[in-house]
Amino acid sequence: MIDIANLTKDYHADGAPAVRGLDLAIATGEFLVLVGPSGCGKTTMLTMINRLTEPSAGEVRIDGRSIRDGDPAALRRRIGFVFQDVGLFPHLTAAENIGITLKLMRMPKPAIEARTDELMAQMQMPRAQFGGRFPRELSGGQRQRIGLARALAARPSIMLMDEPFGALDPLTRDELAPEYRALHDALGLTTVLVTHDMTEAFLLADRIAVMRAGRFVQIGTPQEIVSGPADDFVRGLIENPRKRARALARVLGADPT
Amino acid sequence: MTGEFAAAWADLPEYLGWHVLLSLSAILLGVIISLPLAIFSARSAILRMPALAIAGIIQTIPGLALLALFYPVLLGLSAFTQATFGFGFRALGFLPALAALTLYSMLPVLRNTITGLVGIDPAVMTAARAVGMTRGQQLRLVELPLAAPVILAGIRTAAVWVIGTATLSTPVGQTSLGNYIFTGLQTENWILVLFGCVAAAVLALVVDRLLALAEEGLVLRSRLRLVGSAVGLVAVICVSVFPLLGSAREHAIVVGTKSFEEQYILGALIGDRLAHAGFAIERRDGLGSQVIFDALAAGDVDVYVDYSGTIWSDDMKRTDLPSRADVLARMADWLKRKHGIAYVGPLGFENAYAFAMLRDRAAALHIGSVADLASYAPHMKIGGDFEIFSRPEWRSVERAYGLRFGTERQYQPDFLYRALIGGDVDVISAFSSDGRIAQYGLKLLGDPKGALPPYDAVLLVSPAHAHDRSLLAVLKPLIGAIDLATMQRANLMVDRQTDKLSPAEVARMLDTEITRRTEIPKVSR
Repeated sequence: MIDIANLTKDYHADGAPAVRGLDLAIATGEFLVLVGPSGCGKTTMLTMINRLTEPSAGEVRIDGRSIRDGDPAALRRRIGFVFQDVGLFPHLTAAENIGITLKLMRMPKPAIEARTDELMAQMQMPRAQFGGRFPRELSGGQRQRIGLARALAARPSIMLMDEPFGALDPLTRDELAPEYRALHDALGLTTVLVTHDMTEAFLLADRIAVMRAGRFVQIGTPQEIVSGPADDFVRGLIENPRKRARALARVLGADPT
Repeated sequence: MTGEFAAAWADLPEYLGWHVLLSLSAILLGVIISLPLAIFSARSAILRMPALAIAGIIQTIPGLALLALFYPVLLGLSAFTQATFGFGFRALGFLPALAALTLYSMLPVLRNTITGLVGIDPAVMTAARAVGMTRGQQLRLVELPLAAPVILAGIRTAAVWVIGTATLSTPVGQTSLGNYIFTGLQTENWILVLFGCVAAAVLALVVDRLLALAEEGLVLRSRLRLVGSAVGLVAVICVSVFPLLGSAREHAIVVGTKSFEEQYILGALIGDRLAHAGFAIERRDGLGSQVIFDALAAGDVDVYVDYSGTIWSDDMKRTDLPSRADVLARMADWLKRKHGIAYVGPLGFENAYAFAMLRDRAAALHIGSVADLASYAPHMKIGGDFEIFSRPEWRSVERAYGLRFGTERQYQPDFLYRALIGGDVDVISAFSSDGRIAQYGLKLLGDPKGALPPYDAVLLVSPAHAHDRSLLAVLKPLIGAIDLATMQRANLMVDRQTDKLSPAEVARMLDTEITRRTEIPKVSR
């Protein structure tokens, strides 16, 4: 259970877009997608959950405890984080990247090895074949799988994902996104995922929070948002995938094959 | 030729050992200082600018000057610690060389470390924070490993610079491969110069290759290369430093010399005699004129030969000119009172500043003394060594005779004579004990107004050994034992172009001659 109350970030020299007075409760096991245009503050909101960004005001509580009590490094080890640009350590192999958080937590080496084997198998990237490769020797999709495995290594209950599939080619994305949704359900994770792709939001989310200019415009299940968009902005967002689907149908329909 | 080579080869273990020890210490110290400084600088632009600027400025100071500057600084520091805490340290030799070379090694390490750290992809650093690394872990597990190849490249550059520049530590009294080069330059022994240059270059190349191997090892994550590099470096260090272990001498008598051939001969002569009498000996060759006097007063040098006129005008700051005997007496008194230095006595010859011209030219212009030069001087070129034109004697000569030369040029002593023979200059400031005056048949110009002080070669002993009777007993037979003709002949054997001898060889011949003369009474008794 993540409780977000009056969370605010003033515009800051570090360039993070400002957000104002956000209130949101995310249930355990929920898959929440934050959606909105570039610069609306969705990444700022996401990174305040593991204190990569420190809020100017307001509070985040996880299972009733404020995240400000305690060490930020320890907090981040308990929360999985996946980046758009993957952020694998270029000087470490795939296996070493996956094991890094466990190493920071001083887990014994054999246990790290066992967990890495397990995760690589789960990601369909057998360690024997991929474990010794460096990030530059992997494809975009393979890198994202390793990034996902690294985030999952310490068995976090919460996953934060910042446009995790944004940089992938469409085929890989369509393969990886549902795979992750299945993993989320199987492991009972709580996921907060940021995207600007409305289609992705509809396909993955239990609930969607639509952001615009640092505020929530509407929060609801995909059905609620489709059936009752709060304003023209949300309506525009929903219309976009529909328009694309219609345009696609026209092109495909005109195709003699 | 082969003899010279064998002699040079015999000195290699000592010179190379010190060279490696000095360079290694400077590089290690430089890295120890630069790394933390660079890490802080990479995070703070306020620190980065001045740190890089200062390191850059240090780099522009000529190596020789930087090394020389550290001697007075350390001397002052030593006097301060002596006065405040009751202990001093040797301001000559290893310490000034180490300090200067450490500063020299800093810029490349500093610059490369900062570049390496600042250049890391910010996304990687965000990832490091996101997986839960503390600031220290980010540095240790991500930043330093990613910057390591760039940092090592900086250390490589520093190592090559330091090994090259360490050859300049000879004039501050630190033995290095530079001893070959400085001795060779002064005695026109080009084989020796070349030997020193090649030895330093080979050392620099080997170290550079070994560090390059380590760099490859880091980039390719090849343990084999890293281990190979480490083994190679350790081997180079052990093999070169090992010969020094046996030669560590606690209470050695330090024999110093200035940087010209006569001094090398006399230094070797004194050293041989002391060694023969059972003293442990250390040589400090090629010291600067002022450095060596300060070093004697401070006890960093125990014995050396100076010249009365030099002490009279440079150290006593006297401008009056009493008789030759008076100068010696007052100098002896001043040395004892002011510094506790023992004046053992004069060796028997003078090495004075003397102005010389080609004999035919002087005859054609009817020039017999410095006084006759006055009317020609504005259209003449005069050549001198690196000191003369800034010395009080020169000002005194200029004043006494109203001289004002059209052009003043400075030369290495060897080139001074060639400049005169070749017609590049009309007059030179020569040295009266120089064998080349007779060899080239030069006309020495008289000093009728007595503007130049006498320059008796005098043997001086440091305060610590001023009352060391066994030491003084070995030195006493040298007093009055070398006349001007003998010294000129000895100097010429080193200076001449054919059948050159090394200062050590000439010193042995001189030694035999002195022994023969002083032992004649014994034999006849």
